[in-house]
Amino acid sequence: MEQLGIAEQLREKFTGSILGIITHRGQVTILVDRKDLFRICQVLKTDHKMTHLNCLCGVDNLKRKGAHLERFEVVYQFYSIDNRTSLRVKAQIPESDPVVDSITSLWTGANWLERETYDLLGIVFNNHPKLERILTAEDWEGYPLRKEYALRGDKEWKGLEELREKAVRLRKYDFYGAQIEQE
Amino acid sequence: MITLTDTQTIDIPVQSGDEDRYHLKLGPQHPATHGVLRVDLDLDGETILTCDPKVGYLHRGFEKLAEHRTYAQNIVLTDRLDYIAAMSNNVGYCEAVERLLAIEVPERAKMLRVMVCEMSRISSHLLWLATHALDIGAMTVFLYCFREREVLLELFAELCGARLTTTYTRLGGVRQDVTRSIMKKLDKFVEDFPACIEEYETLIDTNRIWLKRTIGVGQVSAEKALDLCLTGASLRGSGVDYDIRKHMPYSGYEKFEFDVPTGETGDTYARYRCRMEELRQSNFILRQCIEMMPPGPILGKDAPDLIMPIKPANKLEVDVPAKNALITLIEDRDVFMEGDIYVATEVPKGELGFYFISDGMGRPYRMHIRSPSFIHIGALSTMGQGVMIADLIAIIGTLDVVLGECDR
Repeated sequence: MEQLGIAEQLREKFTGSILGIITHRGQVTILVDRKDLFRICQVLKTDHKMTHLNCLCGVDNLKRKGAHLERFEVVYQFYSIDNRTSLRVKAQIPESDPVVDSITSLWTGANWLERETYDLLGIVFNNHPKLERILTAEDWEGYPLRKEYALRGDKEWKGLEELREKAVRLRKYDFYGAQIEQE
Repeated sequence: MITLTDTQTIDIPVQSGDEDRYHLKLGPQHPATHGVLRVDLDLDGETILTCDPKVGYLHRGFEKLAEHRTYAQNIVLTDRLDYIAAMSNNVGYCEAVERLLAIEVPERAKMLRVMVCEMSRISSHLLWLATHALDIGAMTVFLYCFREREVLLELFAELCGARLTTTYTRLGGVRQDVTRSIMKKLDKFVEDFPACIEEYETLIDTNRIWLKRTIGVGQVSAEKALDLCLTGASLRGSGVDYDIRKHMPYSGYEKFEFDVPTGETGDTYARYRCRMEELRQSNFILRQCIEMMPPGPILGKDAPDLIMPIKPANKLEVDVPAKNALITLIEDRDVFMEGDIYVATEVPKGELGFYFISDGMGRPYRMHIRSPSFIHIGALSTMGQGVMIADLIAIIGTLDVVLGECDR
């Protein structure tokens, strides 16, 4: 199988950084140490022609157990359009220091995907050009996709409260800014 | 000291050197932004210096929500992703879950899925053409496209009771079989549709204004398109032959005969030509569907029940291990092991991928939706730099984005 061959080649090249190779339903995943992640992606792109980045997402492993599993992982799915092979790379990230290298310099398209991962899981990407919240508001509290984040909260987002207050304040003006006479 | 009321404005001093700059917030309530997309622009005259798209106005937290619902319950969420082509999303989701849980789908259900996928591709492309032309200033095309789109939406309504939020697929099959009336109407549509495509082309294909507004606008090379992670017609317009229906066939696409149209120049016109050819190819696939439709059941025997009977046989529940729910499977195969899977399908907008992590329970541990629109809007800031505002509108149109899918 071609995917396994690539995984084995990577294991020889980056001794010690490849923590494991998993095959599930015909899809091959390699678990990697985060310190070599950028170089592995670079090798996959240049040497193995994996030019298409399918998917990039973060996972919270709080309720999962397994060998080499840290609190967070970032999943990269690559595909080679020329060779028609795919490979999944998972970088393990500890809870104490949720930082990983950005691959924005290899794929510009990874920019927003990494921002999304930061927004929803709080994983910080080194060398990212603009690491800001993207789907939620700028002043959102917490990281929604973490397992301890409740599905249903007990209070509204504070921006909404401010908007409501502003709406009440502005109710006394008409469209042109003139004060509406109270009846 | 002047005190200002909320409605008064004040002139903000401009830094020297920036006097010519103009800051414009295009959207989120603008007819040409195709939904609630906001683009913050820094302008020098009419030329865009920086372009910063802002999304999230439609964020509903589907990925979080999915972790708290069973696999079957999540099907309705996928309607609300790309609400213009809900059928394709249903199929994409179910294909992924079936691969994850190893549920067999009968042949007839597979063919029906291909059929509704291609119908929704035509309907989505028609809406794209209509609004894209409207943005650029060709009003007539809009009305012509909606004429044919209406036929397809009526067919969806007859098939499953809804025009847009269809929820047509089930894990292990589809919900309703086609009737003779539907097949007859579809047959007539397939017969008439090629003439309609020619009709659209007579309106704009050699129209001088259309050509001036599209040729050379939003040009991306093949290398740049891959760098920006573009997929679908936006990537094929740049000459990269990447169609998931050919590369990783699903739902029996390998049995169908069709071409993947690619462009060369990678500009708005090339992408327009690609999508017009895709309309023809989809119509051709629909013709094959009508001719090859096999008899048989539409729901596999492994399919878990969606309705909840009093004594559930195949019931999937949130905290029950999934193997208890699908009793017909566990005898001979160990299917509910923990693991993950990434399954991509070709939806009208591009590559829709579902990444699942299963921990053996009846709900996904993690579901990630790789939505093409999100990545396409991300590419906007690169593609929109240095162009005119009018061209930015053409670029937003040509990328074919839907904000429901982008924000999830």
